[in-house]
Amino acid sequence: MNAAVPYQTVVTPASPRIMAERPMKITARGVDVYYGDKHAINQLSIDIPDRAVSAFIGPSGCGKSTFLRAINRMNDTIPSCRVTGDIVIDGDDIYDSKLDVVQLRARVGMVFQKPNPFPKAIYENVAYGPRIHGMAKNKAELDVIVEQSLRKAGLWEEVKDRLAHPGTGLSGGQQQRLCIARAIAVNPEVILMDEPCSALDPIATAKIEELIDELRQNYCIVIVTHSMQQAARVSQLTAFFHLGTLVEYGDTDEMFTAPQEKRTQDYITGRFG
Amino acid sequence: MTELRESLIRKRYAAERRFRIYGASALVLTAVFLALLLASIISQAVPAFTEKTVVLDVMIDPAEADPANPAAGNYDGMVKAALKQVLPDARNRAERKALNGLLSSGAGDELRRMVIADPALIGQTVTLPVLLSADATLYLKGLQARVAVSAGAAPVAIAPAEGGEGLILTGPGVSTEPGLSPGQIVMSGSAALRITAVESGTASAEALTPIDASLSALTPGTWKTLSFSAPEADRRTSDLQATWLEQLKDAGRIETGFAWRFFTAGDSREPELAGIRGALVGSLLTVAVALALALPLGVAAAIYLEQFAPKNRLTDLIEVNINNLAAVPSIIFGLLGLAVFLNFFGMPRSAPVVGGLVLALLVLPTIIIASRAALKAVPPSITEAALGVGASHQQAVFHHVLPLALPGIMTGTILGLARAFGETAPLLMIGMVAFIADVPHGFTDAATVLPVQVFLWSDLPELAFKNKTAAAIIVLLAVLFVLNAAAIYLRRRFERRW
Repeated sequence: MNAAVPYQTVVTPASPRIMAERPMKITARGVDVYYGDKHAINQLSIDIPDRAVSAFIGPSGCGKSTFLRAINRMNDTIPSCRVTGDIVIDGDDIYDSKLDVVQLRARVGMVFQKPNPFPKAIYENVAYGPRIHGMAKNKAELDVIVEQSLRKAGLWEEVKDRLAHPGTGLSGGQQQRLCIARAIAVNPEVILMDEPCSALDPIATAKIEELIDELRQNYCIVIVTHSMQQAARVSQLTAFFHLGTLVEYGDTDEMFTAPQEKRTQDYITGRFG
Repeated sequence: MTELRESLIRKRYAAERRFRIYGASALVLTAVFLALLLASIISQAVPAFTEKTVVLDVMIDPAEADPANPAAGNYDGMVKAALKQVLPDARNRAERKALNGLLSSGAGDELRRMVIADPALIGQTVTLPVLLSADATLYLKGLQARVAVSAGAAPVAIAPAEGGEGLILTGPGVSTEPGLSPGQIVMSGSAALRITAVESGTASAEALTPIDASLSALTPGTWKTLSFSAPEADRRTSDLQATWLEQLKDAGRIETGFAWRFFTAGDSREPELAGIRGALVGSLLTVAVALALALPLGVAAAIYLEQFAPKNRLTDLIEVNINNLAAVPSIIFGLLGLAVFLNFFGMPRSAPVVGGLVLALLVLPTIIIASRAALKAVPPSITEAALGVGASHQQAVFHHVLPLALPGIMTGTILGLARAFGETAPLLMIGMVAFIADVPHGFTDAATVLPVQVFLWSDLPELAFKNKTAAAIIVLLAVLFVLNAAAIYLRRRFERRW
């Protein structure tokens, strides 16, 4: 094992190897996802480490978002969707019938493609999660949680004087950081981000990317992105999906400089996708 | 090639111009019809909002009213006596009846109220406006037959006819403009003559009121003529009554006031006494019952169907049937109410509670469909956001989706209520079409509703009820206008765009 390379490259999804130096957070084995008759993800296995950013890349319809939504069981809301296989977070099988899906979603936060703040006050946007989970005994505690979350999301200085203003009145980038603050307010372990910058301009994107880089000190972050530059900039690990299978998964630097698979290389160099 | 292209362009422009003209003409046509409809209703309704009264000095006779029991007094008699003092000319029973016919049958009610409020008035003379009958009111408003009053411009000499009844009128006033013609009434003070024939400068006339024998000439300015557009037989106000009314008018005793009675009284057989209060209260009670039932049921059904129900054949079937129910003719709901609520459950006939139940059934599909549309319009990203921070499905719906859908739900509900408010047919089936003079006080009192009141009044032969019908339509339209405005306001005020 080469000490200079922090992660060993998983060449084939069927033979994942434990990556060194970081504890594993999410382990998926033999996951299949179906939308009705459509087989969206085929026998996917992957290990995602804690306190790092893992990026899922791949052409549209390759199943990367589907798999992301399988991690916090957001696919449950789609009646025709069926998931088989095991996804384990810290030893808990999240598709176990005994597991409470609401608790799971509190542990696994999510940031969506389009900023979707509630059409309520900025304060209420952040306070909603802690409130329904009973995380604050009183208003003062809630205020602390809201301030900390907004600080972590790098939004506090911009909005501290207008917490009562509607969240929908913020700019797109601010809205997305508000959504990130909302997600981290419930103190999750994992943050899933589904193309969080696709609706933002480059400056807002740069801020979000900076934020993601800071957040990885404390969270396991999984990000789906269409921008390979973004994957290269923010992630430590990259997984390339194609046609519902995980083609290649490994250290981001290696992936973009020396991909093992031809399909990965073709995609990265822009030959398809 | 270019010619072909140019002709194509010309054709396209012409087609677009034609299309715009079609659209504009359709709009203009609609506007014209709407304006005609409104103008006709409003012009008919305006007279119903005023009432005519005659100011009389009424002696409250202690013999007729007992201070211990002021409600039982014969106030009609006192009012009639007061009128007789002003117009003492009635000579016989028929004429006295005609005189009393000028007053409303409810003429003494105001006086009774005054005396009940203050029994000390008994024995005093009070001056108060007394309501005139509908026919007298119509005459004064000029709605029954057109009456032209023209001042006599030239002198007329009056002499008794030779050898018999009647009078002979001679002089320049008979033939100079405007002149006299048969059927006209010549009035001078309390004296009134009816012209029976005019022949070469001489008019024969008969006395309508007792003529003072000393009256032998009419000087210009002291007399006038009344000419009617319809003969006496076709009028509800006789020539004699007309002269009395003209005398009262000349004496300055006729007053015009706003007909508050129209809004404060229940239905009546007498047009001048009839009001819409009973129907309005009945409508409010009925719609309140309908709202109390249909809103929670409809919204709950919509939330369940839209957010929680599994999508399968059963829910598809339910959905199709709800949509079909919205298109069922309303009278079918009336039949259902008759069969189920009245015959099976034995609920009271003509009661707002039954009307409300029937209307609730009627508007339930509307509310469900509107609420489902409003719920569906909330973007799924809001639900996802709530689920994403660990809200349960129910929390996501009740904390986020429902509040956002509420303006749409309210709009749909108000429009449903507006429909319920204007609904007539189903209420006919459950007996809310009866003549009910009392204002209902509860949900089980017999009542009618505004549109049914319109229907009832429109059926009556009295001319005054035509005005009442139009006025009730105006009130109904105003209520519906307010409801629709509220719906639009809510939509504008709380509408969110994503």
